[in-house]
Amino acid sequence: MMTRTSRWTTYFQVTPLALVFLIFLVIPIATIVVVSFFDYTTTSIIPAFLSQNYEELLLSPVTWQTYLQTVEFALITWVLTFLIGFTLAYFLAFHVRSATWQQVLFLVCTIPFWTSNVIRMISWIPFLGRNGLANMTLMKMGLIQQPLEFLLYSNFSVVLVYVHLYTLFMVVPIFNSMMRIDRSLLEASLDAGATSWQTLTNVILPLCKPGIAIGSIFVVTIVMGDFVTVRMMSGGLSASVALMMANAMSLLQYPAAAANAVVLLIVVLLIVAGMMRVVDIRKEL
Amino acid sequence: MKHGKRGPAFWFLAAFFTLFVLFLYGPTLTILVLSFQGPEGTLTFPMRGLSLHWFFNLFQTQLVGDIAGALKRSLVLGVVVMIVTMIVSFSAGLAFRNRFRGSTILFYLAIASLIVPSILISLGIGLLFRVLEIDPAWYSSAFGAHLTWTLPFGLLIMLAVFNRFDRRYEEAARDLGATPWQTIRHVVIPIVLPSLIGVGLFGFTLSYDEFARSLYTSGTFNTLPLEIYGMTTNITTPVLYALGTVTTAVSFLVIAIALISFSIIRRRRERHGSDAGKAA
Repeated sequence: MMTRTSRWTTYFQVTPLALVFLIFLVIPIATIVVVSFFDYTTTSIIPAFLSQNYEELLLSPVTWQTYLQTVEFALITWVLTFLIGFTLAYFLAFHVRSATWQQVLFLVCTIPFWTSNVIRMISWIPFLGRNGLANMTLMKMGLIQQPLEFLLYSNFSVVLVYVHLYTLFMVVPIFNSMMRIDRSLLEASLDAGATSWQTLTNVILPLCKPGIAIGSIFVVTIVMGDFVTVRMMSGGLSASVALMMANAMSLLQYPAAAANAVVLLIVVLLIVAGMMRVVDIRKEL
Repeated sequence: MKHGKRGPAFWFLAAFFTLFVLFLYGPTLTILVLSFQGPEGTLTFPMRGLSLHWFFNLFQTQLVGDIAGALKRSLVLGVVVMIVTMIVSFSAGLAFRNRFRGSTILFYLAIASLIVPSILISLGIGLLFRVLEIDPAWYSSAFGAHLTWTLPFGLLIMLAVFNRFDRRYEEAARDLGATPWQTIRHVVIPIVLPSLIGVGLFGFTLSYDEFARSLYTSGTFNTLPLEIYGMTTNITTPVLYALGTVTTAVSFLVIAIALISFSIIRRRRERHGSDAGKAA
C-alpha cells in the first residue's frame, strides 16, 4: 500500500521525537547506569567497573529505612488519592446531570494543576504553622489548649500536600473511564434489582479499572521519585529515596547517587509493570 | 441514578466535592491575601496593614536574588518548549497513523519518559553533560529535559486525536488536487487545531512549573521554580507570597488566553459555517 516516498515521509515526521528521546532519555539513563559503576573521590569521578557503590548502598540500613519510608508515603498517598479521586469522579460523571456543569466543575478541579507546585506547597505554611489558621481556629473553638505541632513539618504535612497536589491525576483518568461506560448497563443493573451501591461496586468499579490503573501509575511514580515535597513539608525531618540521591549529589558523590538511581528505577519499573497488567494504554487513547 | 429527585447520596457527594474545592483553593487564596500586607507583615495571620510593598520588594534584585531574570528565562523556555512540543507532537502524530518500524519501541519510550521519575532524568542529563564536559544551561540541557516531559503528553493527545480523525477529508482534498502540504495546511491543521492548542498549553505550563527536571540541568542561571525553591529556604517575609501571587497570576493568564482562543475558534467556525470536523 505505502509507497516508497510516503515511508520516508513517515520516518522524517517521527525523527525529531525519536531524537529527543534518544538524546535526553535513553543516553542519560545509560549514563546513570555506567556512572553507577564508577569510582569517586571527594573531587572527581574515575571511570571504573566497581560494584562497591551498590554494596555500600544495599548494605546500609539507612537505605532500607528510606526505601520503606518512601514506599509508605506512596502507599498512603495512593489509597487517599484513589478514594478521594474516585468519589469526585463518580460525582462528576453520574450525579452532575448537565454537560455544561460537568465541564465547569471539571475545569475547577484541573485549574490548580496549571500553577506552580512549589508555590502550592508554600501556601500551606500560613495554614498549618504553629500560629497558623488551623491552630488558631481550633484554639478559638476551645478544642485544643496548645497549638498542634504535628500539622506542619511532619509526615502529616507531607502526605497532605501529596494529596493536595496529585489527587487530580486520579480524577482525570477515572472520570474519563466513567464517561465511557454505557449508561444502559447501569439501568440494566438497577432493573435487575441491584442497589446503587451494588451497581457501583459490581459494574462501575470494574469498568473503571483502566482509569484507576493510569491514575495509580502517575501518583505512585511521582511520589516514589519526589524529594521537593518531602524536604519542604517535613522540614528535613523525613527522608525519601530521591532526597537521599539529592544529598549524595550535593556532596559530589555522583556514582553513589547513580547507583541509588538505578535501584530506584528498577523498583519503580517493577511497580509500574505490575499495574500495567491491568491496562493496555494504547487501547485507552 | 438518573431518575427522580436527588437523593441524600447526591447531597453528600456535592458536599464532599465542595470541601475538596475549598481544600484545593483555600491555601492559594490565603497567600494571595497575605501578599498584600503592609511592610511589617509576617508569614501568618493576622493581616498587618495593606499595601503593595512586597510586590515592589520582589523586583528589587539585590534583596532576593534574580527573580526578574528567572521569570524571563522561565517564560522564554516555556514558550520555546510550547512551540517545539506542538510541532514535534503533531508531526509524530501524523507518522503514527502509519505502521513503521520502531513505532512500538518509540511508543513505549514515550511511556517510559512519563513514568521514569523526573529526578532521574534530571540526574542523567546532568551526568551526561558532566561526562561530555559541556556546561549544562537552561536553554540546552534543561530544554531537553523539559521536552522529555511535555512530548509524551503531546504525543498521547495527538494519538488520541488522530484515532478519531476521519481520513476521508484528506482523500477528498487530494482528489481535489491539493498537494500533501496543502492538505495538511488547509485540512488537517484546522481540524486538529483546538487539540493542538491544548498540547501547547500543556507544554507551556509543564515547562514553566517544572522543578525536578530543571534541578541538575539548568546550570548557572536558575529557572523560576528553582529560584522560588531557593527563596523558600532563606526568605521568611511575605515577599514569598507576593512571588506566589505573581506566578499564579501568570499561570491563570495563560489558562485564560487558552480558553479564550478555544471559544474564538469555536465561534468563528459556527459563524463561517466551516465544514471541518463535521460528518460528511
